Amino acid sequence: MNKSESGGSYSLSQLQALESEAIFIIREVVAELEHPALMFSGGKDSIVMLHLAAKAFAPARIPFPVLHIDTGHNFVEVLQVRDQLVAELGVNLVVGSVQDAIDRGLVQEEPSGSRNRLQTRVLLDTAEKYGYNALMGGARRDEEKARAKERIFSFRDDFGQWDPKNQRPELWNLFNTRVHLGESIRVFPISNWTELDIWSYIAQEGITVPSIYYAHVREVFERNGMLFGVHEVCQPHANEPTFMETVRYRTVGDASLTAAVRSEAVTAQEIVVEVAATRITERGATRGDDQVSEAAMEDRKKEGYF
Amino acid sequence: MDLLRFATAGSVDDGKSTLIGRMLYDSKSIFSDQLESIEKTSRERGDEYTDLALLTDGLRAEREQGITIDVAYRYFSTPKRKFIIADTPGHIQYTRNMVTGASTADAAIVLVDARKGLSEQSRRHTFLVSLLQVPHLILAINKMDLVDWSEEVYESIRSEFVDFAAKLDISDLTVIPVSALQGDNVVDASANMPWYKGSTLLHHLETVHIASDRNLVDVRFPVQYVIRPHQSSHHDYRGYAGQVCGGVLRVGDEVVVLPSGMPTRIAAIYAPSGPVESAFAPMSVTICLEDDVDVSRGDMICRQNNRPTVAQDIDAMICWMGSTPLEPGQRLAIKHTTRNARALVQELQYELNINTLHRNSAAVDLKLNEIGRVRLRTTMPLLADEYRRNRQTGGFVLIDEANNNTVAAGMIVNAN
Ligand SMILES: Nc1nc2c(ncn2[C@@H]2O[C@H](COP(=O)(O)OP(=O)(O)O)[C@@H](O)[C@H]2O)c(=O)[nH]1
Repeated sequence: MNKSESGGSYSLSQLQALESEAIFIIREVVAELEHPALMFSGGKDSIVMLHLAAKAFAPARIPFPVLHIDTGHNFVEVLQVRDQLVAELGVNLVVGSVQDAIDRGLVQEEPSGSRNRLQTRVLLDTAEKYGYNALMGGARRDEEKARAKERIFSFRDDFGQWDPKNQRPELWNLFNTRVHLGESIRVFPISNWTELDIWSYIAQEGITVPSIYYAHVREVFERNGMLFGVHEVCQPHANEPTFMETVRYRTVGDASLTAAVRSEAVTAQEIVVEVAATRITERGATRGDDQVSEAAMEDRKKEGYF
Repeated sequence: MDLLRFATAGSVDDGKSTLIGRMLYDSKSIFSDQLESIEKTSRERGDEYTDLALLTDGLRAEREQGITIDVAYRYFSTPKRKFIIADTPGHIQYTRNMVTGASTADAAIVLVDARKGLSEQSRRHTFLVSLLQVPHLILAINKMDLVDWSEEVYESIRSEFVDFAAKLDISDLTVIPVSALQGDNVVDASANMPWYKGSTLLHHLETVHIASDRNLVDVRFPVQYVIRPHQSSHHDYRGYAGQVCGGVLRVGDEVVVLPSGMPTRIAAIYAPSGPVESAFAPMSVTICLEDDVDVSRGDMICRQNNRPTVAQDIDAMICWMGSTPLEPGQRLAIKHTTRNARALVQELQYELNINTLHRNSAAVDLKLNEIGRVRLRTTMPLLADEYRRNRQTGGFVLIDEANNNTVAAGMIVNAN
């Protein structure tokens, strides 16, 4: 940010460039779309989003609500941080509950027990109920192949569906935010960040994230080559012995299918070092659901998933 | 560590996917589960080798047809830089995707097959790089292994290309002989081409000087959003938020707000990290002014003696991206910096044949992927610069209001 950094030329570090880009995008959403909301789960990417949103409008408050689609399969540590940050920043939290939708018979639990697909329906219903026409999310293009091709402003039809072959060209930083009534836009301000950028930023800014991202001792069992923590909604079968292991979570989604990884990293800086050296992608290491097929994510997005 | 964005373009089968796969692989940016997944796919398809190109084919339709349809973004970093690759499809029917990828690129790699030499496509890609004013162009002559690592082949393609590029507006050109398949001159220097004394592709990307590509002379700050906290602790606060598009703004500077022309001074600048003394592109900042002047979204803060043109008549090159053709008389929405207006297409001056560079002034319309020069009349003045001088204040998009599609990318040639 300062002149001395590169011998007299005005230049930004890669994190500063990404930060400025994300803030520009968040402001553009608020300037041009009437009813935005920020998807907020309490996971690291959405926490970084919230941090950026706070900077974008300082010293004013964040001018939109945050929306959590609650699968009911939560890690308590994540909900605690969610509530803590919401209180600190004085933002309005709206929760769309999958459990509630199941109880009311709006959706049916899948045989696998995974609530990933059910989330989509609850998300679309909640957005419609509150009239949100722009949903910002913390998805990154490095996460997955279909995401690598998705625009920053990703247009959805009135069923919330994505048409990958019919995306609006996105030129310079001139974002086309127009939607007809009933249609909506998903916006991904941190599209260009990688997992490493996220952790470098968390370390640089001293951002609070749920404790389960850091190494801790936990009772786990092995399934499909992955380590699952024993949890109310994630129980070992008879042939899956449990043991104590030092692990951390790389992602904190649905507790019934998010795996932990072996790690000794107890600070954000140590995680930066670990992520820089890791040879397995975030999803490959921890998501039971994305291993199903090459196009699993693309298909879910077409249905309206984030 | 800074950030470099580059676009890649090449004809089908010139080896673009292999080259990108090679850069990711050799810089250890491919993860083992990704590699396993493409190894599996390669085996299932009966390929003889692991097709690194599979790494970059994202959508189901692309995998099934074995072609690239859309721009895909890839990320990798070395200890020196973080890179964002806009991987754009090469075929003429995807010109709009290449324009999209090039619009934000600091550098572009145009790939040719050493056996075939320059093709119509490579000329077209090069033209688009110059039209979009990508500051650094790299011609990668690929498949050198298939021409016996011949210096003569390299030299003849190089000199033909240099002659062609001289006719275009290209400021920095580097020509590198490579073998994407075997890795020569991609990340590691080639033992097979000792006659080549220049940088490897990655080394060039790591070291090419991009800081001075930004305009640090003409102060341009389009106001994006006005921050007014309705809180007693910040009762009189008014901040003008936006991203700096040019020049260096400093606290205490005398500035004017356009289009009103009201003079004032910069009282404070807030960067994401807190208060700062100066701001430059591409920083997102919030500016407070000394006087209580009327400022809203779409206005621009600049210097008294260095202003953009306040113009309603705009001459511009446009790349048409709509499925129905552009015709004179059409009305479209225009987005330029943070300003939204409407524009009437007054005149189609010519259509440019992007293969021959021939100007066809008899053209009556512009079809999908065609490029031409138009004159627009806008309903509201734009605060415009020539695109050559500033890509941010010189670029615009046109939007069809009936379906909300983005139908053109525009580059201002002349505004008055
Ligand atoms: N011999 C040789 N073959 C190459 C080289 N680069 C790419 N190829 C081959 O050329 C074909 C097309 O490459 P691909 O990367 O798919 O091309 P794209 O269509 O431009 O993405 C594949 O069979 C590659 O293995 C090279 O440097 N040398």
